Amino acid sequence: MSTEATPVPGPSVQSRSEPPVLTGSGAILASLEKLGVTDVFGLPGGAIMPFYDELMASTAIRHILVRHEQGAGHAAEGYAAASGRLGVCIATSGPGATNLVTAIADAYMDSVPLLAITGQVFSTSMGTDAFQEVDITGITMPITKHSFLVTKPEDVAGVLAAAVHIATTGRPGPVLVDVTKDAQQKSAPFIWPPKIDLPGYRPVTKAHGKQINAAAQLIAESRRPVLYVGGGVVRAGAHAELLRFAEETGAPVVTTLMARGAFPDSHQQNLGMPGMHGTVPSVLALQESDLLIALGARFDDRVTGKVSEFAPHAKVIHVDIDPAEIGKIRAADVPIVGDAREVLLDLLPAYRDATKAVKPDFSDWWKRIESLRTQYPLGYTLPDDGLLSPQWVIEKIGELSGPEAIYAAGVGQHQMWAAQFIKYERPGAWLNSGGAGTMGYAVPAAMGAKVAQPDRLVWAIDGDGCFQMTNQELATCTINEIPIKVAVINNSSLGMVRQWQTLFYDGRHSFTDLNTGHDTAMIPDFIKMADAYGALGIRVTKPEEVEPAIRLAMETNDRPVVIDFIVSRDAMVWPMVPQGVGNSQVQYARDHAPEWERE
Amino acid sequence: MSHHVLSLLVEDKPGLLTRVAGLFARRGFNIISLAVGTTEVPGLSRITVVVDVEGLPLEQVTKQLNKLVNVLKIVELDATQSVQREHMLIKVRVDSTTRSQILEAATLFRARIVDVATDALVIEVTGDTAKVEALLRVLEPYGIKEIAQSGLLAMGRGSKSISERVLKNS
Repeated sequence: MSTEATPVPGPSVQSRSEPPVLTGSGAILASLEKLGVTDVFGLPGGAIMPFYDELMASTAIRHILVRHEQGAGHAAEGYAAASGRLGVCIATSGPGATNLVTAIADAYMDSVPLLAITGQVFSTSMGTDAFQEVDITGITMPITKHSFLVTKPEDVAGVLAAAVHIATTGRPGPVLVDVTKDAQQKSAPFIWPPKIDLPGYRPVTKAHGKQINAAAQLIAESRRPVLYVGGGVVRAGAHAELLRFAEETGAPVVTTLMARGAFPDSHQQNLGMPGMHGTVPSVLALQESDLLIALGARFDDRVTGKVSEFAPHAKVIHVDIDPAEIGKIRAADVPIVGDAREVLLDLLPAYRDATKAVKPDFSDWWKRIESLRTQYPLGYTLPDDGLLSPQWVIEKIGELSGPEAIYAAGVGQHQMWAAQFIKYERPGAWLNSGGAGTMGYAVPAAMGAKVAQPDRLVWAIDGDGCFQMTNQELATCTINEIPIKVAVINNSSLGMVRQWQTLFYDGRHSFTDLNTGHDTAMIPDFIKMADAYGALGIRVTKPEEVEPAIRLAMETNDRPVVIDFIVSRDAMVWPMVPQGVGNSQVQYARDHAPEWERE
Repeated sequence: MSHHVLSLLVEDKPGLLTRVAGLFARRGFNIISLAVGTTEVPGLSRITVVVDVEGLPLEQVTKQLNKLVNVLKIVELDATQSVQREHMLIKVRVDSTTRSQILEAATLFRARIVDVATDALVIEVTGDTAKVEALLRVLEPYGIKEIAQSGLLAMGRGSKSISERVLKNS
């Protein structure tokens, strides 16, 4: 999406005749239709009612009425992440708008193209603390790529076209458009396509030839290179180019949490996920590397561990469409500003040129990596309390559903296990809240993904904590016939926090019991809850029930499905790099939790 | 402390100053002084900001500022290649014995007396930071009652203009 050259698709349907006069609301609707928007998620309220009145008559745009605006935001994110298209969410002023804030922040952290439209009180009332007035452009300033306040109907078309252009080009991100009620009610000539005037916005997509050649030269000279692949590769749609380049070089590939699926897991060169819960081969390959080729990755702290000890011997080629990411955390020897896809297209011939005489030899490097792979494969031990292993359940869901399905995770242990034990073969198969770590992302994101890709099987892999934050959207799913499958990995606790309490707080489990699982009051009862929402609820407590339950869920498409997997609460996410230490101290801990060295 | 003088050419849009100031605050860049005003081009404003970037490269500041959609151009103005001026009003305590000494000091600094009362003077001074600070040091023993200071203004020497290339491109 970042390579689109023109912001406004399609020729104007207006001929020489006078442009039609529309209300501001009519102009919002007409603009969205002309911008190619087909699905929106929202919830009306006082300040956005003029627009909703117009929306009711639209045949080109499907509106999905959510039960909470946060759900609309995450649904639009899931829609965008699954399809690569713009996601759109709509809310009223005041609390409607503030309920979008978490989703907007989430989209900002994970570079999701999102358009948020909010109603605002009358322009004449702004600044008076009017009913349901909040300064939403002010509140969202640090978490949007840009925002607009529209107070006149004649500005609607230009602002929406500019907003969509900004959200979907360069490094994608959320853009908020706040429209006052009087701007929605008043009328003005509707001129399309509008003139977009953004003199300060010119994202660079095509890299400097000199830098490309310098990068190719560094790779040709390297002995222990690693392709460090981030979410930018997914957003740029650069997976095919990455595959070609990786195979040409023969270099090992690591895919970050945001990049799972950007490179096939089945590929021999894929070492898996790096970082705090990454595979040992992936973590140590980065540590021992002499050249990092970072593609659309931002050296997040969950990937680097202690930055001063991260990949200490490596030179860095850093490719990113956002110049501010380059050199932010780690200095780059060869900085390349550009779209990941275009850069990889240019880098391939440059690399062939640079290696015409001598092909670099990575055989010793692969020998080392293969020994790490043999010694430290990704795995888990079965719990000894007789309860289900959460890793095994998640692995089973992935096996039975396959690579064409979509998996949206919440945040916590189940998210890490879903990133580790489901095999991803294509971009857009894995949706999660990586940067912001937003609990409650899974159900609405899965809903949005299913709307974008109705023919795909869509799972929400959720935790019992996450599920209780946004499960109200099951009502939306049932009523709107969006048959998602929810796997609640129910360990009766805020599992990741509990794991840290076990490891770092002397096992003092302070307020992490949720009482939803085994041997508890099971409040709420997720099966009754599923039933109340018109979904099919299935409880699974024994290994032999797992596969039949997953199959039943896959066959049930007349309503959403919730499977309540009652799992062991003692399972932990391994491997792990404790916070604040270098990645070389990764703990494998396959058979037991190691003794931790206290500082 | 490592101070840099940045000149920002920006679109004159509502909330622009909040965007710039907010960015400085949340990224941990310290603003030493800030001056905002219109330019010779309608619709464009100029922000002169003195920033303290101890501990991180200036590049990170300019890159983040460049991401703001309404920011058109950023130029770092080196002290030797630019004219830099501050403007200050100083209210200083006087009596019959000190008045002539203070008037003399003001003259030496080419400062102007803009208000006179029996027990106080308001002095207006323009100059680079060193000059303004020097005058303050001279006046301090007499008793400074009040200070009002503008942000630093700066402009590159020679014939080039900050808005030239921006306008050509658009």
